[in-house]
This record gives sequence, C-alpha cells and structure tokens, in this order.
Amino acid sequence: MAKSIDVSDLNIYYGDFLAVEGVTMTIKARSVTAFIGPSGCGKSTFLRSLNRMHEAIPGARVEGKVMVDGQSLYEPSIDPVAVRRQIGMVFQRPNPFPTMSIYENVLAGKRLNNKRMSKSDADALVEKSLRGANLWNEVKDRLSKPGMSLSGGQQQRLCIARAIAVEPQVLLMDEPCSALDPISTAAIEDLIHELKTDYTIVIVTHNMQQAARVSDDTGFFNLKAAGEPGHLVEFNPTNKMFTNPDEESTEAYISGRFG
Amino acid sequence: MADLQTAGAPERQAMPLTGASLPRQAPLLAVLIAGGLAALLALLGVIGWVAAIFVGWLLLMVGLPLWSRAVEGGRRSVDRGVTLLVWSAFALAMVPLVSLVWTVVSKGFGILSSQFFNNSMRGVLGEGGGIYHAIMGTLIITALATVISVPIGVLTAVYLVEYGKGSTLARVITFLVDVMTGIPSIVAGLFAYALFALFFGPGVRMGVGGAVALSVLMVPIVVRAAEEMLKLVPDELREASYALGVPKWRTITKVVLPTAVAGIVTGVTLAVARVAGETAPLLIIAGLTTGTNFNPFSDRMATLPVFIFYSITEPGLHADAMADYAWGAALVLVAIVMLLNIVARVVGGFFAPKTGR
Repeated sequence: MAKSIDVSDLNIYYGDFLAVEGVTMTIKARSVTAFIGPSGCGKSTFLRSLNRMHEAIPGARVEGKVMVDGQSLYEPSIDPVAVRRQIGMVFQRPNPFPTMSIYENVLAGKRLNNKRMSKSDADALVEKSLRGANLWNEVKDRLSKPGMSLSGGQQQRLCIARAIAVEPQVLLMDEPCSALDPISTAAIEDLIHELKTDYTIVIVTHNMQQAARVSDDTGFFNLKAAGEPGHLVEFNPTNKMFTNPDEESTEAYISGRFG
Repeated sequence: MADLQTAGAPERQAMPLTGASLPRQAPLLAVLIAGGLAALLALLGVIGWVAAIFVGWLLLMVGLPLWSRAVEGGRRSVDRGVTLLVWSAFALAMVPLVSLVWTVVSKGFGILSSQFFNNSMRGVLGEGGGIYHAIMGTLIITALATVISVPIGVLTAVYLVEYGKGSTLARVITFLVDVMTGIPSIVAGLFAYALFALFFGPGVRMGVGGAVALSVLMVPIVVRAAEEMLKLVPDELREASYALGVPKWRTITKVVLPTAVAGIVTGVTLAVARVAGETAPLLIIAGLTTGTNFNPFSDRMATLPVFIFYSITEPGLHADAMADYAWGAALVLVAIVMLLNIVARVVGGFFAPKTGR
C-alpha cells in the first residue's frame, strides 16, 4: 500500500516570496527519506507541500509537479482532503486533541470523518495503532484518560498512532523528535524502522546522526545566501551522502564545517 | 584559597541577610490605633463620623510607613505604603457594591413570599400582588434574545477567525461590531420598535420585539467573546485535523468549537447577564402589563426592569406598596444576574479541556 512520490521542478511560494526553488527528486516506496539542512532552508515547507498542507497558510502556493502513483497532486481536479487522507503527517510539536481521551485521539481520523465503526472494530483499530506506535503497553489501562495527560514523548507517539490509524500510504514527519529526550527519540526511531515495511516515510530532522541512523535516502537543502530561496543541493542514498557526498557543501555541512 | 586574595584587596564586608522588621501583627495594630484615635475624636465631638474615617485613613497612611521607615528602612516602608494604597482602593471599590447589595436585600427581602412569586398584578391595587408575570416576561424575552444572538454571534466569530482572516470584509465586520458595542440601549429599542412598526403599524408592543432589541445589544458581546476564544485555539490542532484528511468545516465543528466551547459559553452567559437588566429598549417595545403573557408574539409583556421603573415612577394611589414591589423585583433581578454569573463559571469549568494530570 505504500506509494512512491515523484517531484519535478517544484517552486514553493508564500505569496510573492519564493521559499523553495526547483526541487526534483524521487522518494522511493517502503523506504525512509530524510531531509537535512540549516533552519529556514525550506525542508518543512517542502514536506508540507507533499500533502497539500502548505496551502493551509493563506497566500501559499506551488508551481511544478508532485506525482503520487501517477496522479499529479496539484491538478485542479484533485481534492486536497483526499490527498491528506492518503498522506499523513506528524508534526514537530505533539498536538493531541485536548478535548479527547487517548482512545478518541487514536480514532480521531475516523470519528471526525463520521465513519461508523462497531465497538469491537474500533477497539481493534485502537490497539493495533497504539501497538504500531509502541505505546500500547504504557496506556492500555488508561485509554479513557485525556490525551494531554501523557508525557511529551508519549504524546508524540500518540500522534503517530493517530496518523497511522487512518492507514495512509505515506507518512510525513516534521522533526518528530526535536522536542523529545533521547529515550523517547530512540523509541520513535525504532518505530520508524518498523513502519518502513508498510509505509513510505519522509522525515525532516536537524539531527545528522538521526538521519544517518533511520534513513535510506537523504536530501540536503541549503540557501544560496540569506534572502535567497532554498534549494535541494544533493539527493543521494544515505550511505553515500555520509561517506562520499557529491557536493563539497554537503560534506561541509555534515562534518560541521559550515559555509 | 587564601593565597588567591591579594594583599591590597579591601576587606569584604559581611553580608547580612536578615534585618530588623516590624512584628507580624504590625499592620493590624496600626489599623487599630489609627481607627481608635479617629473614633475618639469623633466621640469627643471634635469631628463628624465621615471625617473620622478620612482622618483615621490618613493617620494610617502616614503612621505605618513612618514606623516602618524607622525600624525597617526605606524599601520596606515604601512597600507597606503601597500595600496600604492598594487595599484602600480595593475597599473603596467595594463600598458601592456592598452598599447596593445591602440596600436591595434589606428593602426587598421583606416582601418575598410564595404569593410574591406566584401572583401577577392583575386586578391588584396595593397589597396582594406579585411579580410572576414580570419574571416570566424577563425569562422569555432573555431566552429569545439568546436564541437569536448566539447563532449569529458565534457564526460571525467563526467567519472572522476561520475564513475571513485578514480580508477587507472581516475588517469591516470587526469595525461594525465595535461600533455596535457602543450603541446606546435606547437606540436598540428604537430600532426594534421601528422595525416592528413597519410590519404591524405604529404603537406595536411585543415581547419578541424586546428580544430583537436585546439581541442587538448581545450580538457584539457574543462575537467578541467567541472571537477571542477561537483565536486561542492553537493552529497546530487545526493542522493536525487537516493532516488526518478532515475537511475544514468538520475541523471547525468537531475540533475548534469543542476546544473553545468553555470560553464561548462563559461569554454568552455573561452577555445574557448583561442584557437581562436592560430597561430602556423594553420600555419602548415590550411595554408593561399587569397580567401574565406567555406569548411573545402578541401584546405587551411585563419584564422586571420595566416593572421596577413603572412601580417607582407611576405608582398610582398605593405608592408605598408599589415601592415594596419594586425593591422585591430588584432583589430578584440582582439574584438572577448573580446566578447567571455563577452558572457561567460552573459551565465554563465543566466544558474546559481536561489535562488529567
């Protein structure tokens, strides 16, 4: 059920401001693709354009093509809501719904879309999703407690469970570990490894070691200069990227000799 | 360590962390002494009681800081002085409130009885009447006003926050809402009267007209309250919902509104409490009657504020009895408004998102 994504010549705008310029890449199915690069170079913006979350910001638009499974995401006939059902997203800050319990948070994708489910189906889906997110053992006795009652790392895994409960084809993760401690980070990285067998995963991270640990392919984004749009410098298999990158600036960034 | 100190360095002074301070009961003592002195002056007939209160306050304001300055030093003395000022301002602000509640309760409590709550004024001259008709009128008209203004107000706020953000139309609406907040209530009454006079001819009196007038006053309050609450809902929640493939309107109805509902309900209840005591518009459009009228769509309808107004200004032959009725009705009105405020707090707490920690 995983899908690959082909991006060609994508320009991303906020109003008149060109934020990301000329990105072309192929994200393979059933693999983990990581984006690295300095802050403000457009990694998150690019990620958000992959499931049309970008246009939730007023004035934001894109030019170019994003092809998923042979369909162009930015055709006028495409329904952005349907796109987001196929391509899920986990955000930088954990954001469980404060009015809902843990149980309801996991089912939010179904319930908010008014899907009728039998109690047993719902229970099964909640257990499967929470197990998938490595959270089941910690919360199985308090599913009716509010989602906000969990710790930060648990909340983030709850958000992952919520995202995989709608069974998307692709999972986008925007710095999912940046607010977490090393233990929770390790739990989520393990989870990414497991999810790889079923999902296409795209992850943005500021942590070079994390990119090296979890990803199969890595894309390095950078700014030509302050005020210039971000662009994709290099896109290669992670092994090559971290041992023998094509571009000098990639090596400089990865090894800490920036600029 | 000792050889780190060079010989020429000046000797460091000891750093005392404690200092002299007044006894804990000092403020109480000062209040008693200042109050006692002022009372003594008043008892001796040197000054009147009102002047005595002022003199006592002045003694306290000068005495306690001076005492403190002598013992504790400048900073603590200023602290005590400002603390006194803040408490004085608080006490001053409480005077009208306490006085109002006391007056209303003392004058209105005597008449409260089951007859007062269950009778209307139909055919009553002097003793034996009640305010059942006015209570019902106030409840019906206020409820109708709420029914009219809550959907308009909340939907306007939803448009302003969720759809029209930054657009010219939204700015114009925000401006008009601000203007509406300042509309005098008598103008709202005239508007409702003019509106209903168009359909039913001049001289029209209807409960629903009062509800329309009150909702003109309520809508801007509800819009403001709901708008602020919706703005407080973090964008992350909206994005989380979109990312699950939930359409925008469902995100608003199932995620944004439930998250903000506590604040919206509180705001609405406070708006209700605010308009429940409005007199001027109801005077024009709802009028007054002595009998109980349950139908807001025909004829005059008595309300508590209008009943109070007429009982005092046009009491007829039994002026004393009517004044008693007016005070009783005022007490009931104050009680209703206070009850609504309490309900607002309880409901707000009930709906508030639970963290469960």
